[in-house]
Amino acid sequence: MKRSLFLFFFIIVNSGCSAEPWVKPYERAHLADPIMSFDRDPVSSAYIEHVHDTREGARGAGISSGGGCGCN
Amino acid sequence: MVLVFLQAVAVAVIKKSTIALVALYVIINNQSHAAVLAEDRIDVLYHNYDGGGITIDGPSVLVRKSIGNTTSISANYYIDSISSASIDAITQASSYNEKRTQKSISIDYLYDKSIMSYSYTNSTENDFEAVTHSFNISQETFGGLSTISLGYSAGNNHISKSTDNIFSQNADTKDYRLSLSQVFTKNFLMGLTYEVITDEGFLNNPYRQVRYISPSDPNATIFQDEKYPKTRTSNATSINFRYYLPYRAAVYGGYRYFTDTWDIEADTFDIGYVHPYQNNWIFDVSLRFYSQTRASFFSSLFPFVDAQNYLASDKELSTFSSNAISAGATYSIKKEKLSFFEKGTLNFYLDRFSYNYDDFLDTTVTGITPGTEPAYKFSANVIRFYLSLWF
Repeated sequence: MKRSLFLFFFIIVNSGCSAEPWVKPYERAHLADPIMSFDRDPVSSAYIEHVHDTREGARGAGISSGGGCGCN
Repeated sequence: MVLVFLQAVAVAVIKKSTIALVALYVIINNQSHAAVLAEDRIDVLYHNYDGGGITIDGPSVLVRKSIGNTTSISANYYIDSISSASIDAITQASSYNEKRTQKSISIDYLYDKSIMSYSYTNSTENDFEAVTHSFNISQETFGGLSTISLGYSAGNNHISKSTDNIFSQNADTKDYRLSLSQVFTKNFLMGLTYEVITDEGFLNNPYRQVRYISPSDPNATIFQDEKYPKTRTSNATSINFRYYLPYRAAVYGGYRYFTDTWDIEADTFDIGYVHPYQNNWIFDVSLRFYSQTRASFFSSLFPFVDAQNYLASDKELSTFSSNAISAGATYSIKKEKLSFFEKGTLNFYLDRFSYNYDDFLDTTVTGITPGTEPAYKFSANVIRFYLSLWF
């Protein structure tokens, strides 16, 4: 039973209810438009996030990672 | 006998259900869509920050190229040329110039609906060196409507001091990330991210100092080195959305909640609108609001020397709020002007920041009783100008 449950959850997590996604592939034209990208230009968004990180106490849950400070 | 029979039946049922589940998995996977690697592109960016007595500018070049159908590599070369006469520099030391160079490489490997990534980043200044290794795995599920990502980074910083050849300190950083991107409708998607960052080691700036009231003259102040705790753990949770409007345009926004073991609590809101125009222009405007409470050991003026176990007067650890307005334009270069490349854009963004501090005092104001200086504030302009080419 445990093995069946494990396999069941593995399938849910790995491919889940994907057999019938509620937004069909042919309905995803708007989602594929570059204006719907969370990170259209990574070089630009990483830079502006670095600007925020070096001047604020908060950090994380954004896009950039790593690097030094440049803020002394 | 009955028990043996029941066990046999149970095993048979489990085997049968296992076979059925495995078959289901194969069917579902065959019907699903595989993940895709990022596009091959080159970005050449010039950045300029000007505000609060600091000017920082330089280039950033990012190149990404696929190798076969399953691997993509990228490299980034980034420079900050810093000229600083900030309030910290002019009240505690003197203005200075320095350069930070950051190099990074990364590799993404695609396997069916998963992308595994590794990146290495090295950042060098004359008195600071940071090395970061990052690992990430993302998995598409629910027919490509959900993407789950797990990430881990480990970094080591080596801190030295240009005015002291003997000074040498280290700090380690560990970073754990979990994120989910979810398509809700054909026009609406959301992202959720949770990130924990831990630091251990020398975490303060070796040049910065704090003020305390002179024991012999209440109208005079004396400086001593600041002192941070040796550890810090922070938690950040963010939620973001994008919505495609009935005409070709989109609104987007997000919220982040942040806390850490230094008692800083911060809220960040942002909202924006992106509007294409005549096939070759995209305009983007956004607003961002940020506020935070101070670290428990922050003060702009201490009553006496070693007044606390930990001492800090950095404005980044004070209570403050900031807001920013950003406007940008992207121009798609006509295909006939691009010989080798498939697509190209020219981009220009201007951001205007305003920082208003509650308890970080403007110590450039002199001739008044220490502690009664007005709260500090400043504004900054940030320019991003870049060329992107896809090939």
